[in-house]
Amino acid sequence: MTFNFFDNDLTTLHDKLAAKEMTAVELTQATLDNVAQVDPQLEAFIMTNPEAALAQAKAVDDKQDFTQTLAGVPLALKDNLATEGIQTTGASHILEGFKPVYNATVVDKLQAAGAISVGKTNMDEFAMGGSTETSYYKTTANAWDQTKVPGGSSGGSAAAVAAGLVPFTLGSDTGGSIRQPAAFNGIVGLKPTYGRVSRWGLFAMASSLDQIGPFTRTVKDNALVLNAISGFDAKDSTSSEREVPDFTAKLTGDVKGLKIAVPKEYFGEGIDPKVASTVKAAIAQLEALGATVDEVSLPHTKYGVAAYYIIMSSEASSNVQRYDGVRYGFRADDVKNLEELYIKTRSEGFGDEVKRRIMLGTFSLSAGAYDAFFKKAAKIRTLLIEDFNKVFADYDVIVGPTAPTVAYGLGEEVDDPTAMYLADVLTIPVNLAGLPGMSVNAGFVDGLPVGLQIIGRPFDEATVYQTGYAFEQTSRLFEQKPAIAKHTLS
Amino acid sequence: MSETTISKEEVAHVAHLAKLAFDDAELEQFTTQLGDILNIFDTLGEVDTTAVEPTYSVTENVNHLRQDVAENWHQKQALLDNAPESAAGLIKVPAILDGEGE
Repeated sequence: MTFNFFDNDLTTLHDKLAAKEMTAVELTQATLDNVAQVDPQLEAFIMTNPEAALAQAKAVDDKQDFTQTLAGVPLALKDNLATEGIQTTGASHILEGFKPVYNATVVDKLQAAGAISVGKTNMDEFAMGGSTETSYYKTTANAWDQTKVPGGSSGGSAAAVAAGLVPFTLGSDTGGSIRQPAAFNGIVGLKPTYGRVSRWGLFAMASSLDQIGPFTRTVKDNALVLNAISGFDAKDSTSSEREVPDFTAKLTGDVKGLKIAVPKEYFGEGIDPKVASTVKAAIAQLEALGATVDEVSLPHTKYGVAAYYIIMSSEASSNVQRYDGVRYGFRADDVKNLEELYIKTRSEGFGDEVKRRIMLGTFSLSAGAYDAFFKKAAKIRTLLIEDFNKVFADYDVIVGPTAPTVAYGLGEEVDDPTAMYLADVLTIPVNLAGLPGMSVNAGFVDGLPVGLQIIGRPFDEATVYQTGYAFEQTSRLFEQKPAIAKHTLS
Repeated sequence: MSETTISKEEVAHVAHLAKLAFDDAELEQFTTQLGDILNIFDTLGEVDTTAVEPTYSVTENVNHLRQDVAENWHQKQALLDNAPESAAGLIKVPAILDGEGE
């Protein structure tokens, strides 16, 4: 038996498990069989962990406690989330073979809810990239066209859900790494407000920007997963003590009177005209449902990429100093002394994109450059936040495209870092301001999905979901299956 | 801000600070790429930020204090198992200075 999740949302899966139509072990085994059969075409997984998954599934079956929606439901985790005793590499050579001695808090929370992780998904090395092509291990394909990139950095997590291999995955988003691959694969991906989800056990890239969030096929499923992973954690002092609401509470389909702002800068130079018109049609649909739509300005948008790449690379270069070949992972051979061990291990263990960002960050923080680069970028960050604050004084959500283009061909852009960086222009400001942002499928251009990005006020994920749900329930785009998902049984 | 340029020697210096080694071809490539990226960074000079406070974090939290009690500390073997080389219950590394031997 194999199992395709396209015809089963989380609520349906839960009902089937609770009614004993299938056991958690059967569902987990079927999921693993399906991954084994389909993933060679997609390469979304770095590895599966059948033994641990089946043991957890058996425990769920023995307990027969289905009070929690996710009990017995399979998932996969981006490979930068620590899993106790199970290899976690961040898709880097330098962590090959590394087995964390503890779980990320989100992993503990999902396990406590009875959810079963079947494996670790591919990503750009240490989440640095926008196409999943900087992974040391493999290249992942887009679920809709296997000659195209899946986006990144959480490309494996997005492609796995879009192909129906698992009902949900977790990713991380520092400058768009959940929303852009969600857009490229036609699914739902949410970056929560900074602080909503504990970062404990997430391999740090840029600590003031990183957030963990869910990939799902539908908005309601996304809200259900966020319910399970949110909340204060003493191990992450930036996690918020605010109460966690039920994120499904506003999923009524009603957006009458909702005030939507559309920034004119999000439809400027560099945005593919077909992407722009697809997103404008989606916004018109929200207006037809009773929302009010006005054009606004976020004047500092064009400076976001520069400010982001300075801040991110500065934080990232500091965070990856810990990888030195001493305590875990890869260690270079044939070294004369400790200094050479550090240099040779890092030079052989990191790929080019990671080295590029280490170099940029080290430069931005170095004597003589700090004021002109790092401090200047931090001031631009303030101006970007003020832009958002002014708009959110009058509007409930901001909407626009998630990415300037649809998915491009594998190998087309990976050697052109400046082009890759500039493509992050629409997702980056949300991270700099710490806001919640989501991508939902807005339609297709030449057979490839286009993302509609919905940005909310801090800690107002519920209204982001409300907006996305109303659109998705009328467009019904989530019912369209990529060819790779069609041949499997359901 | 005037246009920032970066020389091959400066790139080599930054690589030294970051404990990375590049061969000559890599140094050339990184010098060109970093130069292109620094040109993007230079656009920030268009914005007057003299009266703007920097933002380094968007967290609304203040520091959380807790009792200084060790927890989850009995994982010595699991930690040692991850080390590329260990001996006598310790992580082993090469000599700090040349010629000190094993």
